[in-house]
Amino acid sequence: MSYRQNIQLTADKNLKHFLSIEGLPRAMLMQILDTAETFSSVGERAVKKVPILRGKTIVNLFFENSTRTRTTFELAAKRLSADVLNLNIAMSATSKGESLLDTLSNLEAMQSDMFVVRHAQSGAAHFIAKNSPEHISVINAGDGCHEHPTQAMLDMFTIRRHFGDFYPLKVAIVGDILHSRVARSQIHALTTLGANEVRVIAPKTLIPANIESMGVHVYHDMRKGLTDVDVVIILRLQKERMGGAFLPSVQEYFQAYGLTEEKLAYAKDSAIVMHPGPINRGVEIASSIADGPRSVILEQVTNGIAVRMAVMSMTMGSYSAPLSTDQSLSANKRGASS
Amino acid sequence: MTSYDLEAILDEMADNLKARFPTGLNDEPLMIGIHTGGVWVAEALHKRMGLSAPLCTINISFYRDDFTRIGMHPQVLPSKVHSNVEGRAIILVDDVLYTGRTIRAAINEIFDYGRPGSITLASLVDRDGRELPMQADIVGLHMTLEADQQVKLSGPSPLELSISGGSD
Repeated sequence: MSYRQNIQLTADKNLKHFLSIEGLPRAMLMQILDTAETFSSVGERAVKKVPILRGKTIVNLFFENSTRTRTTFELAAKRLSADVLNLNIAMSATSKGESLLDTLSNLEAMQSDMFVVRHAQSGAAHFIAKNSPEHISVINAGDGCHEHPTQAMLDMFTIRRHFGDFYPLKVAIVGDILHSRVARSQIHALTTLGANEVRVIAPKTLIPANIESMGVHVYHDMRKGLTDVDVVIILRLQKERMGGAFLPSVQEYFQAYGLTEEKLAYAKDSAIVMHPGPINRGVEIASSIADGPRSVILEQVTNGIAVRMAVMSMTMGSYSAPLSTDQSLSANKRGASS
Repeated sequence: MTSYDLEAILDEMADNLKARFPTGLNDEPLMIGIHTGGVWVAEALHKRMGLSAPLCTINISFYRDDFTRIGMHPQVLPSKVHSNVEGRAIILVDDVLYTGRTIRAAINEIFDYGRPGSITLASLVDRDGRELPMQADIVGLHMTLEADQQVKLSGPSPLELSISGGSD
């Protein structure tokens, strides 16, 4: 994909929308991680708030349920001093028959500056970004089986904090790769950032065809797949997939693919265990590991705030209103530190 | 081109600061440098004053009043304020005091760490062109420049002041 056609970037290559990891250059991902690093210190202060988005209105448009993602987006926006609206669309206008575009027009009329969108349909955030006026930025908070880019970036942030660099790392992603937007974003992020090896581990029914073309190695055996890895990412086994054609039973899944001490022993001693949450104890991960010393699951939640602050402030800062002569003069003065 | 004896200027600034904050006070002042040039100046002053509390640094990017026009600076360094600010005497250090907007932002940020007892402003250069009512308490050099001239500190070693732009 040519970056010029990538609607995520402005003409001068700043981040305008954050819709997918796919199509973003490595330098942009690194800039997000660096910016998030500066924001993470805000959470450790007496006043956990900076005024950078004061006066901006951010709308959380959740067409699908979510607790962690929505609340950390809300907290991130509030720590940037923005005003936040939480719309649970599933229970409001669309259920009364209003079309998506009409809902958006109304929110624009309320002078919103940013939409954070979660939707069951792949491409929904992209569609909204294309159909919104120029001053509005859109962030994808998960669209169907497509991408969940802020989750992937908070995972990358957590990995970088533990290892410093991506190049030497072997990362295994375990679970329902087929339906996982998280896995898709993680794979794009890890390959773009240059991880040494990305593995996916799952039964054949939960691996998409041709996934090797994304630059990953496929394993169907946990012990083989976990051998010598630095990072183990466990995905949630979505309950709605169980009992159907995809899996025989929860017990059998845990036997074969649930992360236990015995299986984790195949990974490096320094390996960390990640999970995007919510976790199903005894289904995809044993409790002793989820609560154990190698689990960074709660760190991921904390890091999610800083990463979302970074993405929100970067996208909001990319739009500059046309300068008046007066303003361009003082912008010029800024060259010297004033 | 004029060259400045920055070592001598920094010595004098440190002496003036020491006179303001004599050693033996119960509460040693806490020094905070503003990224990036202000931190270099603060490092030099901190060393000369022999302060025991480590130097703090702040990055005012999140407090700028021109964020919506210029966006996020790509290479922002985190603020590091590891000591308690509450009730402390603060020495705030910057390289060039010009419009006063950076200092306004820096003071706002400091208050988000706590309520300082006092803030003293030390600036290596004080140039004309103030847009806000900010004045430095300790100044190394006063400069009067054309509006289209810029003074810039490069560093950290060696520290050098250069003036660019204007009709020279």
